[in-house]
This record gives sequence, C-alpha cells and structure tokens, in this order.
Amino acid sequence: MKEAAPAASVNLDGVASASLPPIVRFLDEDGELLVADLPMSDEMALEGYRVMLKGRRFDERSVSLQRQGRMVTLAPGIGQEAASVGAAMAIDARTDWFVPQYRELAGQLWHGYPLRMAFLWHVGHPVAFQVPGDLKMLPFQAAIAGQLPQAVGLAWGLKLKGDPGVVLAIFGDGGTSQGDFHEAANLAGVMRAPIIFLCQNNGWAISTTVAQQTASETLAQKAVAYGFPGIQCDGNDLFAVYATVREAARRAREGKGPTLVEAMTYRLGLHTTADDPTRYEPREVHDLWVNRDPLRRMQLHLKSRGVADQAALDRIEEEVKDELRVAWEDAQKEPAPDPAFYFGQTHATQSRRLQRQLERFEKHGDG
Amino acid sequence: MAEVTVVEAVNQALNLEMARDARVVVFGEDVGRSGGVFRATDGLYGKFGADRVIDTPLSEGVIAGAAIGLALAGWVPVAEIQFLGFAHNGFNQVVDQLARVRYRSAGRFSAQVTIRAPYGGGVRAPELHSDGFEAHFAHAPGLKVVAPSTPHDTKGLLLASIRDPDPVLFLEPLRGYRQVKGDVPEGDYEVDIGKARIAREGSDVTLIAWSGAVQVALQAAEDAQSQGISVEVVDLRTLVPLDAATLAASVTKTGRAVVLQEAPLTAGFGAEVVATIQEEAFFSLQAPIRRVAAPDVPYPVQMLEEQYVPNAERVLEAIVATTRE
Repeated sequence: MKEAAPAASVNLDGVASASLPPIVRFLDEDGELLVADLPMSDEMALEGYRVMLKGRRFDERSVSLQRQGRMVTLAPGIGQEAASVGAAMAIDARTDWFVPQYRELAGQLWHGYPLRMAFLWHVGHPVAFQVPGDLKMLPFQAAIAGQLPQAVGLAWGLKLKGDPGVVLAIFGDGGTSQGDFHEAANLAGVMRAPIIFLCQNNGWAISTTVAQQTASETLAQKAVAYGFPGIQCDGNDLFAVYATVREAARRAREGKGPTLVEAMTYRLGLHTTADDPTRYEPREVHDLWVNRDPLRRMQLHLKSRGVADQAALDRIEEEVKDELRVAWEDAQKEPAPDPAFYFGQTHATQSRRLQRQLERFEKHGDG
Repeated sequence: MAEVTVVEAVNQALNLEMARDARVVVFGEDVGRSGGVFRATDGLYGKFGADRVIDTPLSEGVIAGAAIGLALAGWVPVAEIQFLGFAHNGFNQVVDQLARVRYRSAGRFSAQVTIRAPYGGGVRAPELHSDGFEAHFAHAPGLKVVAPSTPHDTKGLLLASIRDPDPVLFLEPLRGYRQVKGDVPEGDYEVDIGKARIAREGSDVTLIAWSGAVQVALQAAEDAQSQGISVEVVDLRTLVPLDAATLAASVTKTGRAVVLQEAPLTAGFGAEVVATIQEEAFFSLQAPIRRVAAPDVPYPVQMLEEQYVPNAERVLEAIVATTRE
C-alpha cells in the first residue's frame, strides 16, 4: 500500500468512504443492452432464463402447497433468481463448490441440485440435506452466515491440496452483521483463500432494512477492510452477476484470493411463509422493484434481441411446468424417513449408550 | 518408556500423527513459530512446515468453522482453542455446526476434526481463562468429549481422537500440563475413547473424577486410607460417550459414590454421572450419592481461586460423610 503523506493536524469530518469500482450492469430495467457485448452466448442466456423460471415457479408452487398445509415453513427466493443463477453459471460445477444459505435454490438447481430434492426440503424430509452423489455443494444453512467459516476452510483446504476448485459462498445482507461473516472474511483474506463471497442484498433481513443493519454505505466495501476487492453488481441482471462472479472466480483460481460481490436485488416475496411484509414493507418500494423483476427483464431482453419469441417463451413455461409436476410427483414417492437410519448418523459408529437409546427409541418412540 | 509431562505427551502425539498421516494439519492461535502458549505444538512448525502448522487469526469461531471446511476438503484438522474459557466465541461452529455435520447430511459429509483445548483452574491464570465448561459441550449430540488426566492417556487418547472419523473436543488438564508426570511409551498406541479407568482400587466408596480433578481425587483417596476408608477412584477419561459399565461395576462393588467436578454445581457433568449411577446401580447404593463441586459462582480471579476449586479436604469430607450414612 502506498503511504499517504502524514498530516500535522487531525480532521475527521468529511473523510471519504471506501472507493469501489462502479456497479456492474448490462441491462436496463426493460432488458435493453447498456453495453456492446454480452458475457455469454444466447444459448447460455436462454438456459439461464429457464433455470430462473424454474426457481420462480418452484417457489410459487411451494408457497401454494404450504398454504394448503402440505409443506413446512419455507423461504422463497422470488425476485432473486438472476443473482443466484448468474453466480452459479459463473463457476464450474465439476470443480467448484456451491455453499448456500437458504434463499438461492434457483442457483443450486443450475449447479445440479435435483428439483425433486428441493420439494423434499420443503416437506421437511431430511434426505434433502444429504446433498446427492458427489455434487460439490453443502446442505442448506439456517444459521445466518454460519456456513461462511466452513466455506473459507473448504477453500483454504482446496488451495493447500493444489485442487483447482473455488468456492462460491452465498449469504444475505443480514449475514454481514454476523461475527461469522467478519471472521470468515478476515481469514479468507489472510489465507488468500479461493472463495467468492456473494452477498445477495435483497433489502431486507425479515423486516430489518439494510440501513438498520449497517452504517456502511455499501456492503461490498466491507471487503476493503479485509484486504480484498468488493464490488456491487445489479443482482437482477443475469449478465451482470455472471460477469462479476466469473471475474471473481478467475481471480480465485489464479491465486489472487477472495472477492466480495454484493448483488443488488430485492426480495419480492416473503421472508418465509410465516412472514407478513405488509406490516413493514412500503408498497411503493415493492412496486418499484416489481418493475425490476429479473424474469421480466430477461423476457424483454430475449425477445427484443430475437433470441426467443413469445411462442418460444411459452414453450419453456410449459416445459418447466411439466418438469415441476414430475419432480413433485417423484418427491411424493420418496419413502418416509426411517428414524433409526437418521439416529444412526450421529456418529460413524454408535456408542453402547447411544445403541441403548436407539433400542428404547424404536420401541417407544421416545429418547 | 520415558517419564514425560502431559503437555509433552500432547506434543508426542501430534508429532507422531503428523509424520504418520500427511493429511493432518495443526492450526490455531500461536501454534506455529511460538509452538503454542503452553508449547504443546513446540517444534512442529520447523518439522512440518507452514502449510501444515498454521497460525490463524485470533478467532475461535473461524478456527472451529474452518476446521469443518478443511475436513470437507480432505484434511484431518487438529485445531487448538487456546483456553476452553474462550471457546464460546466458537460455540456456534462447534456445537451447532461441527457436531452435526454427519447427522444433518445423513452421512454424505463427516468431520474428522479434533479440537484441543486446555481447561480447568488452579494455575492462577487471568479472569475467564479457567472455567470448566465441559458440560456445555457434553450436551451437544454428535460431539465426543475426551478429558484425560495422565500423560499416558493423553497421548493414547489424542491419537485415538485424531483418528476418530467424527469430531472430538479434546480437553487437556491445564493444571496437570506440567505437574503431572508419568511413563509414556515412545511409539504409537491408542487408548479407547469411551472407556473409563480405575485409577486406584478400593472397596468402600467410589470416587469419580476427570481431567485435572483426578489428582485431587487421588490425594483425597490417600487421605481417606489413613482414616481406614478404602476409596476406588474412577478416572472417566471420556465424558461423551460415558462409560456407564465401569461406573456401574465400581458402585455395585462399593455401594457408595462421590462425584467430583471442578465446575459449578448446578447442571454440571457430575449430575449426569449421578443420574447414570442411579439408573445403573440404584439397588447397590447404601447411601445417597454426593457431589463435590465449585459453588454456583463465577470462576474468580487469582486470590480467591484456592477457596473456589474443590480441594482434597472437601472431597475427603464428602467421602467420610457418605460412609456414615
């Protein structure tokens, strides 16, 4: 770091905040291109759109099923599909790890998490947490920012092994208030761990605004204190998120360490199905963001550039609908979890004490 | 066979396992160049290098959390928390996260992680360094809690802990680090996790202790002998899983039990021992089980420490009292 000229007086008024690169944006609110070149092919953009749509329709279906009493309390990601899918598209599912919080299912679908499992998550089936096969993904995390120290350890461990993988760790604006975020970011900086911290700034931590969460002008600038770059991107612009995370992944892969990406998005839905945003969310703010809906933006963009006409979009809609129907049917065929099996996953081998508890548990259904 | 201290036994185990298994990484605050504030990791940095013996930022939370990630990446992390008294800064990562990696992923992931932490009082450490928080961690399903008292058991149990496929909180007796010496085989050996040890045989009263308190128990047993009371001392060695069979066998033989813990009385691990004895050996009991513990008062600073930590005199009183009931 270049040393500033020393001052012989102290004046703390008017000290400028951390400087950041300009916010990354490719599309305006109506899907018009703001730059000459797109960061991905039309085919890839269309595939990205399809997964965004799948995430949206999955959430809508889930909320509806929850209202019918067929699903547990769940946290929809409506309005944030571009952020998670764009980020997932920018890493390589063959080598790279996806570490979720719980509001980025659309991105997880892109990375390879099965839709059937997503439904099982929402009915409270524990198998949803058993990330299938060798998919490089950690289970959903309810403890806000609790996954971040683990994600840094994973990234650091990959680096120590000479493994080419990088880690994409996702969390929200509320997560930046947690010690786990700061401790993880700090260690990541020190170890130059190959990790991308993707903060989905959706405006709300349940009912708490970002202004109540932090006095920082941006969340991205928090990276500066930990010695690595922070950058904002338009989180409702698939191309912007993709290009930003791809650049962060390149840095990570080249040994240049972590990046904090703040995807500026908005929670158009509920915190969870137990939440009632009408108690705290100004209508006009909501309406403003409805116009910035990432799906609408992609549809306008794809049509205006002639990548897909309305008939093609309708076809995708139908295909997604069918896929959801099949996945939900498959999910319902999943056998109920065997309590003894899950009991047996507490340790690799069960102690005598635990075996005896299992015997009683199986006999009486109590501990 | 050579006579070594507890902290030397820790060092031997780490040396041995790092040489044997290239996946083992040791990290924590000041474990590298300085060799640890108690020198438990002395010499490892020079021998195994900066990639495997790593000084971390001062954050118990990220030490414990990163251990999970390192394990997922294929390493076998041995993390040091400098004092158990500060472990609550990492409580979320240890109890809510590390302990349930296998369970919540239904076996897809596991965390072969050992967290070493010296603990217990009686060494005139500053405030908040000496608390006996073992019960907080013993209440976390998925986490094994090991608390040896001798150099022999420390080395054998640490080797077993590092090799255990699941997370282990390995509590080292701070008071015994240099005070307790004993013969330790130079080579590789394991002591089974979950097996208590009869530290002294006796026939009238069973006295149960673990970690640093075992020395106090042995002293009290010796003092009781001179009053004609034969005390059997059970060193639990592992708190989770608890060796109920050894407890039951001893109490069935003696008919009386005193449980010694350094931590405050209420909801301490001693209560679990008492409950287990009454479940397993109730009809052998000739007297109520007694507990000797610290009072339900925060761990004090140095000048009050000697009055606070249970000593052999208090234990002896309890032994004598139980034989008169």
